[in-house]
Amino acid sequence: MTKPLTINPLKAKDFATDQDVRWCPGCGDYSILKQVQSVFAELGLDKDEVVVISGIGCSSRFPYYTETYGMHSIHGRAPAFVSGLKMANPDLDVWMVTGDGDGLAIGGNHMMHILRRNFNVNIMLFNNQIYGLTKGQYSPTSEEYKKTKSSPYGSLDHPINPIAFALGCDASYVARSMDRDPKHLKAMLHRSHKHKGAAFLEIYQNCNIFNDGAFFEFTDKATKADRALFVEHGQPLIFGKDQEMGIRLNGLQPEIVNLKHGLFTEDDLWIHDERDIHKANILARFSEISGLPRPFGVIYAIDRPTYEEVAFAQLDDVKSVKGEGNLDQLLAGNMNWEIK
Amino acid sequence: MGVTTIKEEITIKFAGDSGDGMQLTGTLFTENTAIKGMDLATFPDFPAEIRAPIGTLAGVSGFQLHFGSRIIYTPGDDYDVLVAMNAAALKTNLGRLKKGGTIIANTDGFDKKNLRLAKFEDGAQSPLEDDTLEGYDVFKIDITKLTRACLVDTSLGTKEKDRCKNMFVLGFLYWRYSRDLDPTIQYLKTKFKSKPEILKANIMVLKAGYHYGETTETFSNQVEVKSAPLAKGVYRSIMGNQALVLGLVTAAQKSGLPLFYGSYPITPASDILHGLARHKNFNVKTYQAEDEIAAVCAAIGAAYGGNLAVTGTSGPGLALKGEGIGLAVMLELPLVIVDVQRGGPSTGLPTKTEQSDLLQAVYGRNGECPLPVISISSPVDAFYTAIEACRIAVEHMVPVILLSDGYIANGSEPWKFPKAADLPAIEAKFAKERTGNGEHFLPYRRDERHVREWALPGTRGLAHRIGGLEKEAETGEVSYDPPNHEYMVKIREAKVARIAEHIPEQKILNGPEEGDLLVLGWGSTCGVIESVTRDLVSHGHKVAHVQLRYINPFPRNLGDILNNFKKILIPEINNGQLSKVIKSTYLKPVEQYNKIQGIPITKAELKAQILQVLKAN
Ligand code: SF4
Repeated sequence: MTKPLTINPLKAKDFATDQDVRWCPGCGDYSILKQVQSVFAELGLDKDEVVVISGIGCSSRFPYYTETYGMHSIHGRAPAFVSGLKMANPDLDVWMVTGDGDGLAIGGNHMMHILRRNFNVNIMLFNNQIYGLTKGQYSPTSEEYKKTKSSPYGSLDHPINPIAFALGCDASYVARSMDRDPKHLKAMLHRSHKHKGAAFLEIYQNCNIFNDGAFFEFTDKATKADRALFVEHGQPLIFGKDQEMGIRLNGLQPEIVNLKHGLFTEDDLWIHDERDIHKANILARFSEISGLPRPFGVIYAIDRPTYEEVAFAQLDDVKSVKGEGNLDQLLAGNMNWEIK
Repeated sequence: MGVTTIKEEITIKFAGDSGDGMQLTGTLFTENTAIKGMDLATFPDFPAEIRAPIGTLAGVSGFQLHFGSRIIYTPGDDYDVLVAMNAAALKTNLGRLKKGGTIIANTDGFDKKNLRLAKFEDGAQSPLEDDTLEGYDVFKIDITKLTRACLVDTSLGTKEKDRCKNMFVLGFLYWRYSRDLDPTIQYLKTKFKSKPEILKANIMVLKAGYHYGETTETFSNQVEVKSAPLAKGVYRSIMGNQALVLGLVTAAQKSGLPLFYGSYPITPASDILHGLARHKNFNVKTYQAEDEIAAVCAAIGAAYGGNLAVTGTSGPGLALKGEGIGLAVMLELPLVIVDVQRGGPSTGLPTKTEQSDLLQAVYGRNGECPLPVISISSPVDAFYTAIEACRIAVEHMVPVILLSDGYIANGSEPWKFPKAADLPAIEAKFAKERTGNGEHFLPYRRDERHVREWALPGTRGLAHRIGGLEKEAETGEVSYDPPNHEYMVKIREAKVARIAEHIPEQKILNGPEEGDLLVLGWGSTCGVIESVTRDLVSHGHKVAHVQLRYINPFPRNLGDILNNFKKILIPEINNGQLSKVIKSTYLKPVEQYNKIQGIPITKAELKAQILQVLKAN
C-alpha cells in the first residue's frame, strides 16, 4: 500500500505544517497531534500517499496541522468523503479524524455505515464528552444530568457508548486509548494502521476549557492503575498498582478478584481474546458496571474483506465475464432499425 | 375486405390494471412502429402505489404512444384510441379520448366486481351497455374468454393463460394498423427462450388477436400510417433515464476517467442507479450510499481522488445535498449533480413531473454559492446534455447541476445514436508531480478561465489541505481576512460566469429572428413548444421558440434575442421559476404560462395561451 521512502525518511517534524495550531493551550489535542506525527515518521509514511480527512469540530482542525494531503470537510460527513476517496484510489493511506459530536451525533449514521462496510481507514474519534468548538454544550457521550450552557438544569440524554456502538456496527477493529498516555496511544496508532479495514480508535481527550478532568481518573497517576485496565491479546485481565487485581468471568458476569489473597490465581482470570465478539461486548459495557476499571487497548479485531477490495474485485469479475465495455455496442443497444 | 385508410398521426393510450401488461404491450407496439420508420414519442403513466389493489382506480397503469408520418414532438394531447382492459382504466382515461375516438374494451373487465372497484354507482349499468360511450366507436371484445379459448388445448393454468391477454390486444392492433407480427415474435422467442410452453401460448394468442381482427372485420377498415421524413441512419429507441446513463458512461470514456456514481434510491431517479450498476465492465463504480448526504459526499471524495464523480437524486434529495454541494463549490472540484425533478414541495407528487427545482438549483445553498445549471429537454437530449454537464464540471473544476424531470426520465423516442468516435473528448487535466525543492504548490492558483488545477492525493510533491473554511487566494490556506473573502466570493462567481464564453451561443429553434412573441422554454416543455410554434409559424405568425439548455450562466447572446421580440412568454410546469430568473437578470417583463398539475402542458393549452398573448398586442 504505502510506499516507504527509501531515502531521507521523514521525521515527526516533517509532518508538521507551517500553520499556527489554534487549539486552546493545554488541550489534549496537542498530545494526539504529536503522537500521530511521530507515528507517521516511525511508520516511514510518504506524505504524498497519506490523506487526513476530518469533519467539523475542534478535533477536525487536525488536517491543517499535518503535512500530508488533507480535507477538512463538513460536519459529520467525513466517513462519506473517505468512502468515495477510497473508491477512487484504494491505495491511499487514509486517516479520519472526528469527535464525539461529529462522529456520533450529526455523523452517527455515516459512522455506522463506514464501520459495517469496512473501508480500509484509520478512524480516530477524539472523545472529550463535550462540544468544544461551539463553546460548551453537552455531547452524545456526556454523562446524564450534566450541567452545561445548553442544559443548565442537567442534560436529559442517556449517553452513547462509543465502543459498544462500534461493535454494534460490526466494526472489524475497535480500540481505546487516551491523550495522556503517549506510549499507549502510539502503540494503538501503530495497531490501527496495521489493521486492514475500518480501524475504530476512541481516544479520550481532555477539553481543559469546557470539560476539564473528564478522564482524570484513568489518566492521573494516583488513580490510573486502579481505574484503567490495559488489555492485551492472550493476556489475563490484570490491573492495580501492584498488578494485584484481576477480572474473571462468572458465567457472563465480570468480577474483580484479588490475586493476593491466595483464593484466585492468574489461571482463573479472563484471558483477553481480540477475536471474541461476545467477550468484546462485555468489555465494552465495563463502563456501565460500577467498580469495574475502564478497558484500554484493542478490544476487538478480526479480518474481514474491505469494501474497496470486494468492489474492485467485482469490477474485475464483471469485466472477465462480459469483456471490457464497448461503447459503440452500448450506444446501439440490442434493437435497431434503419431509415433508408 | 375493408379498405385501408391513410392517417398522418395517431395517439393510442393503453390502459389497464398494473397486472395487465400494458407497459409491455405499449413498448412492443412502439418498437413495431419505430421499425416501420414512423416518428414517435411515448410516455408511461404508472400508478403511485407499488401494488395497488387489482381493479381499482389507483391501480391503473397506462402507456401513451403518439406516432406519425411527420415529425412527432410530444406523446400527444388527446387519444384517438383507448385500450381499456377494465372499468377503472376506462374511467380514468375517458376524459382525454377525442370526440368520436375509438375504444377497445375488454368486456370481462366490466363485470359487477370491476364496476364496484372502479367506483361506479351501486347497481349502475356497465358503461359499455348504457349511453356513456355514445358518439365513440366502441369495440367490445371478451378478450379474457377468447384468450382462454385459444389456449384450451395447452397445459397452462388459468392464471398463466390470462397473462397472455395483452398479446391478444397487441395482435388485434397489429391487424388494425397493418403491421407485421415478426418483430414481436422474435422478441418473444428471446424472452421465453427457456419456457417453450409460455412462448407457444403467447405466439398463439398474438396470432389469434390478429386473425380476430381480420376475420370478424370488427373495424370496417384498416389504418396505415406511412413512414416519417426522419434522417437516414440506424436508430434505436431510448428513454430519458436510459439516455442519461449512456451519456454518463460516454463522458467517462471520453475523458478517460473512471465513473463514480453515488446515489440513494429516489423516484424518479433510481433507474439511473440501476442502469449504471449494470455497466461495471465500463469501469463504472456505483455506490448506493446510506442517505442523500452520504451520496453527494462520497461523490466529492471520489472527485478528490480523480474520478468522474456524479450523484443523482430528485428534489427532496437535492435539498439534503445542499451543504455538500456548497463544499464542492469551495473545494472547486468537478462534480455532476443530477436532479430528476418531480412534484413538490416535500414528498409532493413522487411519480408526477414538475419543473419546480430550478430556483433550488440556482440559489438553494447557504452563502454566495454559484454553480452552473443546465437542463435536459427531451429523452434523447439527456444523452448529450449529460456529456455536456460532465465536460463543464471537469474542464472548469466546478460542481454542475443537471436538471431532468419525470416526464423526460420515463418518456421515450427514437434515437439516431452516434458513433463513439464522433463524440468529442473531454479534457481532464491534473496538476503534475513536483520533485526537488521548487516553489510551493499553490492549489488555488487559477488559469485565465479562473480554473484551479486538479491535484490528486498521491501525486508527488503536491501535498496540500483543502476544506470548507474560506481559503486564501492562491495558497488555499484558511483565511479570515475580510478583503480576501470578498475577493474569493467574486472570483468563484466570475469563474462560473466565464463559462458563458465556453458554451455555444443560443440558437432560435424555429421562427424568425425578431417578431411579436418569443416563447422561451427549458426542460421537458420543449416538445410541446416546438410543435405549437412550428404550427403557428407555418400559419404566418411572427412567433419564435428558444429552448434553453444553459440556465446558469445564460448563453451570452440571450439578452439580444430577448430584445428582438415584442413579448416573451415562458411556459413552465411550475409557478414561474424561470420567469423570475429572466426578469431579475434582464429586467424585462415576461408573460407566464404555468401549469402545476403534475402533468405536461398540452398543445391545445399552449396554443390557446399563445394566441391570447398575441391578440392582446
Ligand atoms: S475547546 Fe476544548 S477541545 Fe476545543 S481546543 Fe479548546 S480545549 Fe481543546
